[in-house]
Amino acid sequence: MTSFWVYFSARPLFWIVLTLAVFMFSRWLNRRLGGLALFHPVLLSMAILISLLVITGTDYDTYFDGAQFIHFLLGPATVALAVPLCDYFDRVRKMWLPILIATLCGVVTAVVSGVGIAWLLGGETRTILTLAPKSVTSPIAIGIVEKIGGYPSMAAGLVLITGMIGCVVAPWVFRLLKIEDEVSRGFSLGLSAHGFGTAYALGLSGMAGAFAGLAMGVAGLVTAFLLPVLVSLVGI
Amino acid sequence: MFSLGAEVEMLLGLLILLGCQLVGELIVAAAGAPVPGPVVGMLLLVTVLVLGGGRVPDALRKVSDGLLGHLALLFVPAGVGLMNHFGLLAREWMMLAVTLVASTAITMGVTGWLMSRMARRFGVGERE
Repeated sequence: MTSFWVYFSARPLFWIVLTLAVFMFSRWLNRRLGGLALFHPVLLSMAILISLLVITGTDYDTYFDGAQFIHFLLGPATVALAVPLCDYFDRVRKMWLPILIATLCGVVTAVVSGVGIAWLLGGETRTILTLAPKSVTSPIAIGIVEKIGGYPSMAAGLVLITGMIGCVVAPWVFRLLKIEDEVSRGFSLGLSAHGFGTAYALGLSGMAGAFAGLAMGVAGLVTAFLLPVLVSLVGI
Repeated sequence: MFSLGAEVEMLLGLLILLGCQLVGELIVAAAGAPVPGPVVGMLLLVTVLVLGGGRVPDALRKVSDGLLGHLALLFVPAGVGLMNHFGLLAREWMMLAVTLVASTAITMGVTGWLMSRMARRFGVGERE
């Protein structure tokens, strides 16, 4: 039995199949629990997979040998965001100035509030640097964290958790501040909660999804250029 | 022959996406920019589509819808990487939780509020 397990767990395909099966189960479970964002399928999948890996004594590198093929699809999926963007290009072109202003203010707010609160609460410097680009899509955030000296392997997790938090707080924030139009909802979701926010916004409407994708892309670009400069200015 | 046509169509969509990503990665590598290749690839594809009249080919739309419809699944492998940081999480989980919740809500509020104020003046008023 043991040798059978070793044979199978060494095969990358096993971890792809397991990831897919766990994700489908998590989606089903999420629906059974009433579709709450707090029990987001990704959070449930992470919890189940981490438990399975810890119980079977498998390290993350072994898991990622297989799961990387799913991870790889993030690249073409990011490129695919061009499609909803193109669909709403006329609207985007008309609003280029509000988009620029909202992006700059949003990115600065994300970084300053994140770093500021963590610093006030006495966080360690490297942890603070790791969570600085938390609102940015994970491939960009990992690159930034490598550059400014945080923990790159932890950045992906923090970014994901930020995305989930974004989906949980969105209805509250929108109601409290009376943010009612699809453009603003989508844009703020994409800027503060990257791909998760975009997935959530795509569920609201195509227009919200397009602006979320736009916000995610532009915010990622701006943060990638701005954050290293901000960090050196503050002198951490 | 019709089913073969559909399959070629799907491959064409995938080819366009991966091609744009590849060119994006090459540009990033050549320029030494801190920006990820797929983001450059996305900008590239938008530019090409808009210059081409703004119509998205069916092949591309099919594959893109498929990928974007399952975006959440694609985050799982990276998320499981948190298991390598149990020690740090145990020490600083409280600080992290408060920071992430507060900062995310503030960021979303500021961005959404600003955008909705400006959209009222610029975009929504111009709705055709």
